[in-house]
Amino acid sequence: MTDTPLLELRNISKSFGSVQALTDVDFEVRRGEVMALVGDNGAGKSTLIKCVAGTHTADSGEIFFEGEEVHIHGPKDAARLGIEVVYQDLALCDNLDVVQNMYLGREEHDWLQRLKEGPMETKTHATLKSLAVTTIRSIRQPVATLSGGQRQSVAVARAVMWNSKLVILDEPTAALGVAQTEQVLALVRRLAEQGLAVVIISHNLHDIFETATRITVLRLGKNVGVYERDKTTQQEVVHAITAGVPTKVSGIPQTVEAAS
Amino acid sequence: MTTEAVEVVGQDATTALDAEESPRNVAQRVLDNLRSGNLGILPIVIGQIFIVVFFSFKATNFFTANNFVNIIIQMAGTTMLAYGVVFVLLLGEIDLSISYVSGIGALIAAEFVLPGSGHVIPGGGLVAMAAAIAICAAIGLAQGSIVAFIGVPSFVVTLAGFLIWQGVILYPLEQPGAINIQDRWINYTGSYYFSPLAGWVIAAVVTGGYALVTLGGLAGKRRAGVSISDTSVVGLKVLGIALASFGTIAICNHAQVIGRTQGLPLPGVIVVLFLVALTFLAKRTTFGRHVYAVGGNAEAARRAGINVARIRVLVFVLAGAMAAVGGIILAANVQSVSADAGGGTLLLDAIAAAVIGGTSLFGGRGEVRNALIGALVIATVANGLNTANYKPGTIYVVTGVILLLAVTLDTIARRLQVRAGR
Repeated sequence: MTDTPLLELRNISKSFGSVQALTDVDFEVRRGEVMALVGDNGAGKSTLIKCVAGTHTADSGEIFFEGEEVHIHGPKDAARLGIEVVYQDLALCDNLDVVQNMYLGREEHDWLQRLKEGPMETKTHATLKSLAVTTIRSIRQPVATLSGGQRQSVAVARAVMWNSKLVILDEPTAALGVAQTEQVLALVRRLAEQGLAVVIISHNLHDIFETATRITVLRLGKNVGVYERDKTTQQEVVHAITAGVPTKVSGIPQTVEAAS
Repeated sequence: MTTEAVEVVGQDATTALDAEESPRNVAQRVLDNLRSGNLGILPIVIGQIFIVVFFSFKATNFFTANNFVNIIIQMAGTTMLAYGVVFVLLLGEIDLSISYVSGIGALIAAEFVLPGSGHVIPGGGLVAMAAAIAICAAIGLAQGSIVAFIGVPSFVVTLAGFLIWQGVILYPLEQPGAINIQDRWINYTGSYYFSPLAGWVIAAVVTGGYALVTLGGLAGKRRAGVSISDTSVVGLKVLGIALASFGTIAICNHAQVIGRTQGLPLPGVIVVLFLVALTFLAKRTTFGRHVYAVGGNAEAARRAGINVARIRVLVFVLAGAMAAVGGIILAANVQSVSADAGGGTLLLDAIAAAVIGGTSLFGGRGEVRNALIGALVIATVANGLNTANYKPGTIYVVTGVILLLAVTLDTIARRLQVRAGR
């Protein structure tokens, strides 16, 4: 835990008109860990993520990636750093097949703009296999024919394929059944095992306690605490989400640090 | 289908991903598709056969070699427009202006070769046609830009175009009523016939080319270790193409007008050339892939870094250019451009052709060949009703009913698909 975090945000503030969405938020995530980002509706989770993804630009504050300060002004800047976001509504094209979706917008082609289907298919196959996504019958079937869990797996695999270092998942299990949720959570854990930094946004504390190594709680646009999964309870996190931190000297060092 | 694929983490990968398609799998897949309502072009092919058989009994001079050539010539212009419509529909947009843009294209080509007009273009018919296509592409660029950058619905923009270009055609043509085209290159596009030998060579080139490309693709995939479709299926496809192309030549070479052998008409070759080129564009290039992506989910395409506005504009440019090509062929058929160029049922025939062939109006689903199949059906019906001496009104009614039937069948099939868990 002594190495520099892969991504570190310091004093990020963002307002939309008169609405203060984020106030001096600190956030960090390390390689090989799953950092959960939780909070009630309107707590600023999505806004914070969008500042990292380049959809929004923070009003003030600093972003450090691999220890160096970076400025992210658009999705392409984020992608260049190795940051990939898997959105809640998946952002897959139903009418295209798995390979086509994996390479959407970044197709391999020659100077005549001709698609190189062979290499794309091979690499898709390899990526899915490395993530043990094995329930998909054919990678040439349209995404519309896949189940919710399979679709989510494709979306995650797409994020991973581009040598990404940080994968951000926005509510990855929101629309899934029990078995499918388990499938996706296992996939998330595997990403971390492969050395990626993972940020997972979720409302479902059960899911978070199953996957996350650490938990960051946002409340009303402020960071109210960072908890280690092994040293906290669901009750404590729920309390932090709904009412903030009761005392700043609860014996958990992270709490003190973050709330100060 | 997916219900059987139980979601178990860590299930053996080889069974799921590595399975090559054996003939049995292919048959199974076809059966699965039929059962779940994915009918493909099957109904329309059956319908076409039914139409041909019906008119063969109804009209004595329908099922003849001469009439076969007629149908090819009659459908060629509409098919060109319909090719453009497929791309526009793939985006989930519509272009109502193409019929009169095609009239503009024909008018420009005719004016540029009109002797004594004062604006005869140096280089003759070929340059005139290129200029006409370029100008119509520019019209598409203008209309597409309004759709893509300002966000005016394409229905409105192109409806305005429909009126505007109809009016523009009238300025030079209201007085003379029509301009005759004397340039042989332009007229060739509607009425040049290849010699019987040239016809056979073309059939051989088409068949050989198709076989080479499919087998080459197969070998490439095998080298890449990628799942491939079954070789026997590919063989059947090559055989089908061979039969179709050589059969077409055999019939065309059989056609005789006043004792002279006609042969394969150039418009038929143009139709096939554009079919191949545009299918390549749609299926094998990044542009085509992005068209499907934008039509399937524009937001996803945007997030994936695709320049959605650029794709939209380019598709309208393509539709404009294809309209010009179609307009020139239609004018060449009658060797003149009249004041009602682009009028009549041309617009609806072109859109109906794409839709009857199976292109979705909602974007993301359809293929270039749909336009050809649909245009063939529409041309056959119109030709058959004409030869069998039905009243003109009947043609509209029957074409309308076929359009309704085709789309209804497709919609029902789609609902069955949803029920089958797709």
